[in-house]
Amino acid sequence: MQQAAIELVGVNKWFDSFHVLKDIDLTVAPGEKIVVCGPSGSGKSTMVRCINRLERHQSGTIRIDGIELEGEGRNVRTALAEIGMVFQQFNLFPHLSVLENLMLGPLKVRGKSRAEAEQIARRYLDRVHIPEQADKYPGQLSGGQQQRVAIARSLCMEPRIMLFDEPTSALDPEMISEVLDVMVELAAEGMTMIVVTHEMGFARKVADRMIFMDRGEIVESNPPGPFFSAPESERCRAFLDRILQH
Amino acid sequence: MKRFLVAAGLLLLLSGCSSSTAWGWYVIDPSTERGRINLQFLISGFGNTILLSVIAAVMSMFLGLIVALPGLSDQRGWRWANRVYVEFIRAIPLLPMLFWVFYGLPVVLKSMGIKVSIDPFWGAIITLALADSAFTAEIYRAGIQSIARGQREAAQTIGLNRAQTMRYVILPQAIRRILPPLANQFIYIVKMSAFASVIGMQELTRRANELVVTEYRPLEIYTFLILEYLVLVLVISQAVRWLENRMRVDER
Ligand SMILES: Nc1ncnc2c1ncn2[C@@H]1O[C@H](COP(=O)(O)OP(=O)(O)OP(=O)(O)O)[C@@H](O)[C@H]1O
Ligand SMILES: [Mg+2]
Repeated sequence: MQQAAIELVGVNKWFDSFHVLKDIDLTVAPGEKIVVCGPSGSGKSTMVRCINRLERHQSGTIRIDGIELEGEGRNVRTALAEIGMVFQQFNLFPHLSVLENLMLGPLKVRGKSRAEAEQIARRYLDRVHIPEQADKYPGQLSGGQQQRVAIARSLCMEPRIMLFDEPTSALDPEMISEVLDVMVELAAEGMTMIVVTHEMGFARKVADRMIFMDRGEIVESNPPGPFFSAPESERCRAFLDRILQH
Repeated sequence: MKRFLVAAGLLLLLSGCSSSTAWGWYVIDPSTERGRINLQFLISGFGNTILLSVIAAVMSMFLGLIVALPGLSDQRGWRWANRVYVEFIRAIPLLPMLFWVFYGLPVVLKSMGIKVSIDPFWGAIITLALADSAFTAEIYRAGIQSIARGQREAAQTIGLNRAQTMRYVILPQAIRRILPPLANQFIYIVKMSAFASVIGMQELTRRANELVVTEYRPLEIYTFLILEYLVLVLVISQAVRWLENRMRVDER
């Protein structure tokens, strides 16, 4: 069998006494697209953040390309370098221009020259369709443009896995599609993706598998067809009814 | 508005010159020989007030940074040391601290075999820097902590290590939030430096006190003293405003 891109086995996490993640098992094949949904506070962000180690899990195993996230070794850092992340709040560096935001990683982490770094940055700025914004500052861009810059900034590190935590939730409705379009293109190019979102149109189009989380558990995990047409659990059905209503 | 108030206040005071015998502005009347000598004596205190304040402020900036760093540690012991320092120093009124440094510290040092005498100049500077460092430390800590957690996380996800994150992401942003309050804090140092007069430091307040003793004109001389500080502080606060505006322009 092919080596899994991401593998979670019996992962548990507590915030103090609060049990946020309960025995999470999840295997993501290379190139697979997973869309995660679930009510607020169900642990979606926490799960995604454990995968790139913004949070530490307390028991169970997380492997990236077969490398276990454990300790601070060099191989762990190499594994994490394969993962890019896009946040709900963009988190661009406001004191740097768009181009400098994109060049920082290639320059300081990959040790590229300025010329190489700029070339990489411009390439990915093209990919997210805003080459003309290179010299602006994040504060001068619309939300949709900022989020596309954030995606490009991740891509500059040439990751094989991309995590998205509600990338369009902070956007005005008219800007959502420009960001989703970029993500659809990325999916088509074979990127391994975990996307937390309630954009079900996007999910239907892109997801290989839908995951429904509730109260720290993965309640349901199915391809979009059966997931939307015949949810197995009552909780999932109720949730889908609620978000698909409008 | 500020300029208007100052002018109005001055007019009110000066108008008293001619109308009442209670006023004695002649002591600092620049049209007389005696007034000129007195004025020169008072104004010559500016040099030391400024020197004291600047050296103490620079020392406090360094000391504050050293104190702030453990406050940002994720180890509880370091954070605790930072809290103890800040709370302790902040609790001591300036005058007792000044007495302790000037009269007490040499005794402590002597008992440790270090024989130094502390002159009023350095006694005042050490005290001012020490007292102020608790505040500058808090300014640094607050400035660095005010940078949203998301910035640190974004830096981490593109692979920057902790030092690089500080250097390229956190500090360049924090400095814009640190500099204005730090410059503001300088105003407090200037005002606190008046206490140095009680250990014999020849600065603005000391000069005024000495002149009062020989001229018996406390109202006029202390009024002039207050105006001297007012001018100094207004100049500094203008500079701070200019700095703040520049920082805002930089942020775009
Ligand atoms: N740092 C933290 N300390 C304590 N509790 C936390 C922390 N982060 C999250 N939690 C709690 O853990 C639970 C799960 O949070 P999480 O952010 O993973 O949920 P989510 O599914 O992403 O929700 P949302 O849809 O609102 O983003 C919530 O109840 C939240 O309050
Ligand atoms: Mg969330």
